[in-house]
Amino acid sequence: MARDRRSERHSASIEQLMAAHEIVIACGSGGVGKTTTAAAAAAMAAVRQGGKVLVLTVDPAKRLANALGLEGFGNVAIRVPQDAFKAAGVSPRGELWAAMLDTKQSWDDLVRRHAPDRSTAGRILENPLYQNITGRFVQSHEYIAMERLYELHSDGDYDLIVVDTPPTRNAIDFLEAPQRMSEFFSSRLLRLLTVPYKSRLVNFASKPFYQVADRILGSQFLQDIAEFFILLQTMGPGFVERADAVTRLLHDRRTTFVVVTTLEAAPAHEAEFFIDVLLAKKFHLGAVVLNKVLPAYLRDTRGEAARLAERIKADAGELAARFGGDADPTQLERVLTEVGENFIRFQLVAQCEAEQESALGRKPDVVATVPFFETDIYDLAGLLRLGEQIWQ
Amino acid sequence: MPVSPPDLLDRKLLFVTGKGGVGKTTVAAGLALLGALRGKRTLVCEVDAKGNLADFYESGPTGFDAREIQPGLFAMAMDTERSLDEYLRLFLRIPVMGRIGPIARMFDFVATAAPGVKEILTVGKLAYEVRERHYDLVVVDASATGHIIGQLAAPQAINSLVQVGLVRSQTDWMLEILSDPVRTGLVIVATPEEMPVNETIELATRVRQETTVDLAAIIVNRVLPELFGRREEEVFDELRSPDRSRELDELVGGETAPLMDAARLAVTLRRTRAVHLEHLRDSIDPLLPLLYVPYLFFRSHGLRSTRVVAESLAAELGY
Repeated sequence: MARDRRSERHSASIEQLMAAHEIVIACGSGGVGKTTTAAAAAAMAAVRQGGKVLVLTVDPAKRLANALGLEGFGNVAIRVPQDAFKAAGVSPRGELWAAMLDTKQSWDDLVRRHAPDRSTAGRILENPLYQNITGRFVQSHEYIAMERLYELHSDGDYDLIVVDTPPTRNAIDFLEAPQRMSEFFSSRLLRLLTVPYKSRLVNFASKPFYQVADRILGSQFLQDIAEFFILLQTMGPGFVERADAVTRLLHDRRTTFVVVTTLEAAPAHEAEFFIDVLLAKKFHLGAVVLNKVLPAYLRDTRGEAARLAERIKADAGELAARFGGDADPTQLERVLTEVGENFIRFQLVAQCEAEQESALGRKPDVVATVPFFETDIYDLAGLLRLGEQIWQ
Repeated sequence: MPVSPPDLLDRKLLFVTGKGGVGKTTVAAGLALLGALRGKRTLVCEVDAKGNLADFYESGPTGFDAREIQPGLFAMAMDTERSLDEYLRLFLRIPVMGRIGPIARMFDFVATAAPGVKEILTVGKLAYEVRERHYDLVVVDASATGHIIGQLAAPQAINSLVQVGLVRSQTDWMLEILSDPVRTGLVIVATPEEMPVNETIELATRVRQETTVDLAAIIVNRVLPELFGRREEEVFDELRSPDRSRELDELVGGETAPLMDAARLAVTLRRTRAVHLEHLRDSIDPLLPLLYVPYLFFRSHGLRSTRVVAESLAAELGY
């Protein structure tokens, strides 16, 4: 394949990072443009580096599907049509594929794979608790995203997989999800709760436990839970093995993480925390992408522009009166005042951004900055424009 | 035509949700402060463990025990384990033997495994405060859009799974409070951007289909100011022509291009966002209150900005 692995150790740009890894995981808090960034990077890799590139997204905006020239995509990967690239004025060296994570479908597939036989699988799939858990279980999205990534990677159909992570309350949840899932299946408590329903010989030592449980939840519900987990346990060994393999893959040197953030206070704090966790847990932190950053000229508060903004705002009336042309002086005055005020307001925001940026403590070698795009990205050309910004 | 729902702040229990990053906590903090300022004994509760609600009042950390942080305003942080303790004490008269022990372990297990247990302990505690009339208003900085349905629908889910037992009888009164539009409402916070708007529209539909909670309002946060009226924009465009901008440069004695670029940026941003806002307005029930909170050009977000949010909400609500 056309992929270049020479620069394994010293990745000094997103370009090199993408060339040197097989899995790139974009993470960060919600609303920072993770999905778009992941798609833009994947599109660039397909165009410039070649090979088969997959972008796996969790919850794409319709606009992203449109931008990729797709009507909509699902659990099965779809190839982004050549026409979309042609329309963007490029001829890619490789192929770009897109897939979306269908949580429910992925869980069902997982059950079918690990259940000992068809009828057990069927009973699990029909269990109301199972349906509730896969839909609502807080960690289920996080785990299944990583599980699906593992599956796609081990199938070996793609040279590069770029994945954006689910929006989690705590951005690191998905890192620990496989581990937690594995612990869950081997937990003593799982056995404790299912024991009395497996045999009629109730362990007396644990009797008060069941009494309390009974009073709170009712024995029928407890029995439902137990039945469900007895069924689940039949998948235990395969599940644990798989979850451990997923954990290993996330730590593998072929995998790298890209933290995406804006320079607003909350996402930036989350990003900082995330960087610390990645480093502490010895994941490969490849790059930080600072998204939607205001133009640099707004950051200089002591420069000429700042001085002029104050002047225009203060003397708008006088300036408007002295200004030639046929504009109505009252309107001109209002326009000048707004222009001055607006500059001062945005300068304040830009200033805060600068502070957030310098507060971002430990950083990887690659820090890419993406300017505030004035309009939404609605086609592949737009995605590639964004991609260009982070590429080198 | 149904009877028109009560004023937002006349309800007793308000859940505030929104996509991550839209300022859900900012709005919840502002709503609660407004409630207190209007003389209501108000409780504000954060549900997520992130724990930055206190920053919005500059009040020091919040815990499970509510603490008065402003006159008439009490703050707490949800802790489902403590909520379980309280529940066991109040309803079952079971002495709790610390955090370890079979109950805590069972809780951990059931909470991880069984859907809705953590959610019901959260919702239950808040509904309990309403039932006991401890406060005039309870504002909940609830889960983000991805998890809010699970949170609000937990009593129903449990009700359908658990046929008998104490839990069943407990969920009955919770459902009664949650389903009562006079007492309970959901507020969705959005920003005028594509994804938050789409998620809001989608959520509004799902709330109606999957929960019994009444959607009380949508609050759009970070609305940019409109710089120019139509005529003024023409004047502005004229100013950017080469001749005019040179004239302006000479007049003020410096290069004004960055100022003009920044104004252009603000105008374009506002326009892009107006499209999303219009889409939102066209997609929701026209009777549903849609409130705007302006973008705050502040250095940091503390009590001062929370006050501004409260004031903007007051203006929007016609107070």
